Order: sequence, then C-alpha cells, then structure tokens
Amino acid sequence: MGKVVVVTSGKGGVGKTTSTAALGAVLAQSGKKVVLIDFDVGLRNLDLVMGAERRVVFDLVNVTQGQAKLSQALIRDKRVESLFLLPASQTRDKDALTEEGVASVINTLREKFDYVLCDSPAGIERGAQLAMRFADEAVIVTNPEVSSVRDSDRIIGLLDSKTLKAEQGETVTKHVLVTRYDAGRAARGEMLSIADVLEILSVPLLGIIPENQGVLRASNVGSPVTLDEPTNAAARAYADAARRLQGDDVPMVTPVEKKGLLNRLLGRRVA
Amino acid sequence: MKLLDFFKRGGSAPVARERLQVLLAYERNNRNQPDLVAVLREEIIAVIAKHVQINQDDVKITMDRGATTSTLEIDIHIPNAGIKASAAI
Ligand SMILES: Nc1ncnc2c1ncn2[C@@H]1O[C@H](COP(=O)(O)OP(=O)(O)O)[C@@H](O)[C@H]1O
Ligand SMILES: [Mg+2]
Repeated sequence: MGKVVVVTSGKGGVGKTTSTAALGAVLAQSGKKVVLIDFDVGLRNLDLVMGAERRVVFDLVNVTQGQAKLSQALIRDKRVESLFLLPASQTRDKDALTEEGVASVINTLREKFDYVLCDSPAGIERGAQLAMRFADEAVIVTNPEVSSVRDSDRIIGLLDSKTLKAEQGETVTKHVLVTRYDAGRAARGEMLSIADVLEILSVPLLGIIPENQGVLRASNVGSPVTLDEPTNAAARAYADAARRLQGDDVPMVTPVEKKGLLNRLLGRRVA
Repeated sequence: MKLLDFFKRGGSAPVARERLQVLLAYERNNRNQPDLVAVLREEIIAVIAKHVQINQDDVKITMDRGATTSTLEIDIHIPNAGIKASAAI
C-alpha cells in the first residue's frame, strides 16, 4: 500500500508545485513508483513544470466523471520510468471534483504506487480540502514570512480536523518544508529564522530549500529542478528532504550565505 | 525614525515572530467560533437602535488585541434629531 502525501500551504506561490515535482522526481529516481496528482482544477501547472503540457489528453476530472480510464489519463515521465503525472482539468467549474470520485482515484493509485503526491491548490476551501482529504502525510510548504506562516497554521488546523484520518481519530503525519530561504536575509535578521518558524508551527522540519535561480531555469525548460540541475543547492536540499520523507536520518544543513568577493572586502553589509 | 531605532534595526524578524505568536494564539482559540467583534457589533447596534435611530456607518468598533488582554472601543455618533421619544424613559 502506497503512501498518500499532500503538498499544501494555504498561501499561493510559496513553492508547492515546484516541491511536488522536485520531491516526486527524486523519489522515483531512487526506485519508487511515484504518481503526482495536480489538484489545482482550473489552474493546472504541474504539467508545465514537469514538461508534459503537450502530452495531456485526459485529466483528473475526466477520470472521476468516467469519461476516461485512469490508465488513459496517466502520463509517464520521459526521463524517469517510474514517475507518472495525473493532470488537473482546466475547467472553470470548481465543483467538478467530487469526494467520491477523488476517493476512488486515490484508492486505486495507492494500490499501484509507492507514493501518491497530491499538489494542492492555494486557499483553504474545497479544492485544498479535497487534496488533503485522503492523505496519510502532509508536506506543509512555508516561506519564512508572516503571511505564509499564518496560512500554514490554518492548514495545520484543517489537517487536524477535515481529513479522513482526523475524522477516524488518527493523525496525518505533518512535515514543514521551508522553501525560498534566503540565508543572507536570515543572517541579517530580516527574515524569520528556521527556529522561529518551527517554534511557531511546532511541526517537525523536512528540509530547507534555499532561494535559487536554478528553480526558475528548471521550470522554464519543463524539468523538476532535481532532474535538471541535480547538483545545485535547491536540488540537493530537495534530495535530502525526499530521503527524510522515506524515513532516512539525514543531517539538516541550514544554508549559509555565499558572500561575493566585493561583499567580503566590504565586510558585513550595512542594514 | 529615531536614531536609537536605526541602530536597533538589526532586523525586523523578531517583530514578525512576536506578531505571529500573538495572532496565532488568538486564531487557534477562535477557529471554530464566530468572529467575536462581529457578534458584539451587531448586538450593540441592535440595542442602541431600540432607542435611537442610527446609521450603521455612525458606529465604529475597533479592537486591539494584546497578548493577555484586548480592548474593544465603541464609538457611536448619535444625531441629536434621532433620539426617539421612547428613549426619554
Ligand atoms: N527555491 C526557490 N528559489 C527560487 N524560486 C522559487 C523557489 N521555489 C519556488 N520558486 C518560484 O516561485 C514561484 C511559485 O512557485 P510554485 O511552485 O508555482 O508555487 P505554488 O505551487 O505554491 O503556487 C515559481 O515562479 C517558482 O519558480
Ligand atoms: Mg501550484
């Protein structure tokens, strides 16, 4: 039985889709069978980040409404054999997804895959709640910034009350993934520290992904950053996070600022 | 900005942290309850409207939430002409 993991945040633009693609790709590379489901109905994007936008024929809504078979809608990644994508629909009807439909798709997928990663839409409404509904675990993507942390806190509240697990008296295992971390700004006290975020949310840390140009480059060419530039700092941080998600004990490295020559000559930058 | 503030301005992160802690302590307690300020506002207006004709716009309610206590400030502008006869009781 595979694990169902929701990648969620409340706030938009924090890095959910980027993280779903990056984590999914390394998990698959390490030999796991992985399927990524885009739950962002109406705002499908995971297909673009994965470079599969031209191969979408059917989507999640088609499958739940019986217009296509699950096997017809799954897109196999061209780089990693055990990686699949189930795209979101571009319909504007937000109610196109039903709970029963999602339940049946997820139950089928968890039989066949080791990991079912659900890329949540932003917000705390129906779409986000459906994405987390059947999750065993949650990756809460948070930027070290007040509005993102507040929204993560609300999402934690929903994970503890609106999921099937919660209703059955169990708990969804929660992990915080801090993304877009800027070591320089954190060192200057301009950005919440990792310790601040963890203390406020009191959820264990899955990883710290630095702000990195490579992420944008990777999305430009339609590749998860972990496949496109596996050696860059964000990709390595995602690889470590993926190992922790599988239960490995990987030491946490807080990114440090790489000072340019000019900065070094000038010493510490003035506020 | 005061000169002292300038030197103290090592970073705004500690302020962010404190604001979040106060806010989230409140939000976690009130997640499943209706907004207290909204409820008070409606009920207070209803009580006053029994005696005085007022516009919704003439009632200003502000809230300042602190870590341990909060203040609710209610500012009502009653037009002199609006006082109903019954209010004389
Ligand atoms: N670590 C990072 N460094 C730089 N840019 C990032 C990073 N993570 C995400 N981004 C950028 O932030 C934007 C939003 O990311 P996305 O994954 O689409 O967020 P979400 O799915 O939460 O809305 C994208 O343009 C993405 O390239
Ligand atoms: Mg997204």
